[in-house]
Amino acid sequence: MTAESSRPRVPQGAGSARPGYNYAFLDEATKREIRRKLLKAVAIPGHQVPFSSREMPLPPGWGTGGIQVTASLVGPADVLKVIDQGADDTTNAVSIRRFFAETAGVETTTSTRRASLIQTRHRIPETPLAEGQILVFQVPLPEPLRFLEPRESETRRLHALAEYGSAYVSLYEQVARHGRIAQSYDYPVMVGGRYLMRPSPIPSFDNPKLDRNPALLLFGAGRERRLYAVPPYTPVESLSFEDRPFAVERSPQACDLCGATDSFLDEIVADDAGSRLFACSDSEYCNERQRRLGRSVVAP
Amino acid sequence: MSGLVQDPATAGGEASGGLLRPGFAEPALDAQRCFRTLLSAMAHPGRIHALDVAIEPPARLMPGSAALCLTLLDAETPLWLDAACADEEARAYLRFHCGCPLVDDSRAAAFGLVGGALPPLGDFAPGDDLAPEDSATVIWQVEALEDEGPLRLSGPGIDGIRALGLAPLPGHFLEERARGHAAFPAGVDLILVAGSRLVGLPRSTRIETAGEG
Repeated sequence: MTAESSRPRVPQGAGSARPGYNYAFLDEATKREIRRKLLKAVAIPGHQVPFSSREMPLPPGWGTGGIQVTASLVGPADVLKVIDQGADDTTNAVSIRRFFAETAGVETTTSTRRASLIQTRHRIPETPLAEGQILVFQVPLPEPLRFLEPRESETRRLHALAEYGSAYVSLYEQVARHGRIAQSYDYPVMVGGRYLMRPSPIPSFDNPKLDRNPALLLFGAGRERRLYAVPPYTPVESLSFEDRPFAVERSPQACDLCGATDSFLDEIVADDAGSRLFACSDSEYCNERQRRLGRSVVAP
Repeated sequence: MSGLVQDPATAGGEASGGLLRPGFAEPALDAQRCFRTLLSAMAHPGRIHALDVAIEPPARLMPGSAALCLTLLDAETPLWLDAACADEEARAYLRFHCGCPLVDDSRAAAFGLVGGALPPLGDFAPGDDLAPEDSATVIWQVEALEDEGPLRLSGPGIDGIRALGLAPLPGHFLEERARGHAAFPAGVDLILVAGSRLVGLPRSTRIETAGEG
């Protein structure tokens, strides 16, 4: 008998929160505050709304912002998927999924299509999202101007004035130094033509998926105590210049496991001789393709 | 809360025989379900949503607005009630179940609850460019919401243009919304409630009338 199967089974359905804890771990007053702030975040797309951010049973940096957002959303009718860098089976994803199975009695899945609620670290799934789904991003650093202007009082003023010149200068410096915009992740975007937003460190490969996505995109930064949102169908534009349009960097390889040429690939060192394997970062997408091709499924 | 609770403030009141009506039967789960409906309504402005919760509100509140108050309000959220909502029964209900301060100055309120004619939106706090989230949310009880009608909505959350019918439609409303839109990101967010149905109209939504281009 494994440690996993000897644990007390979580009963299904409503009211199955672990005894001794409130439903979905957070107390009701905290959830109410986060819910009110989420509504304001949706009403002002791309604007960072300060929130209380509680101590969670894991350290900041492990997704406490995303977990608090998910805890304020999740209910017995949900189906929850959690990914970490695209994968359903990494430690952080497994722990967070189990956390909500225990504290909220919620059904969990690895299927992007089946999930009503998806919490993610650093990726947007390859399978297109549908209307009604909610994607919750774990955000380490919410402020897109932070490395250009360290003072919070000033960055707030810059957002108030929509003064984003320095962000363009930063991209221009990359062009001057490298001959192209070299930023391949955490690439800044303009939301609804008004707010500069940091899309959490997703690869710029995923930036086009932010634009007019039919799903609701919510962002939670636990340590920095900020929430922000992109409502469905909201235009999200990656910063660029007329003569240097935004371009997605694509690897010339195909996935070694499923043959996909349209997905974001991880480069994995395969042995001591230094040979390399390229595999989809989205484990569910890769497994699904392998299954359809009739191959025996290998986890990326 | 289950059952009726004696409240000294309303003892002898007429509407409920001095007894407070109950709040949510399952506070955590009912609030979660109501919030998700509301979040979807604010994320899809103009689309009519239905709250799935059985609630007996005080006489002057609709089931939908009572459920939203139970979902959103607490000691941190000053609430302003218009004259049409503010009888002693409603005040006692909100004080007891939500514990929210009831304020006379609408500018000081985080939430407004309107049961009569919509007051000028300028009566509520719009926030400012530095902190646009410090703005009021107004719950407005209307007679009817229809998914066809003269209003044409566009903006974040809407794929193209969405039609909305609304009664009553006060003359000052469209003009104020248009003026308010120029002040974006500051602005007041509206939740329209008819019975247990609701529509979200966040400040980001543009409202025009049909034929206006």
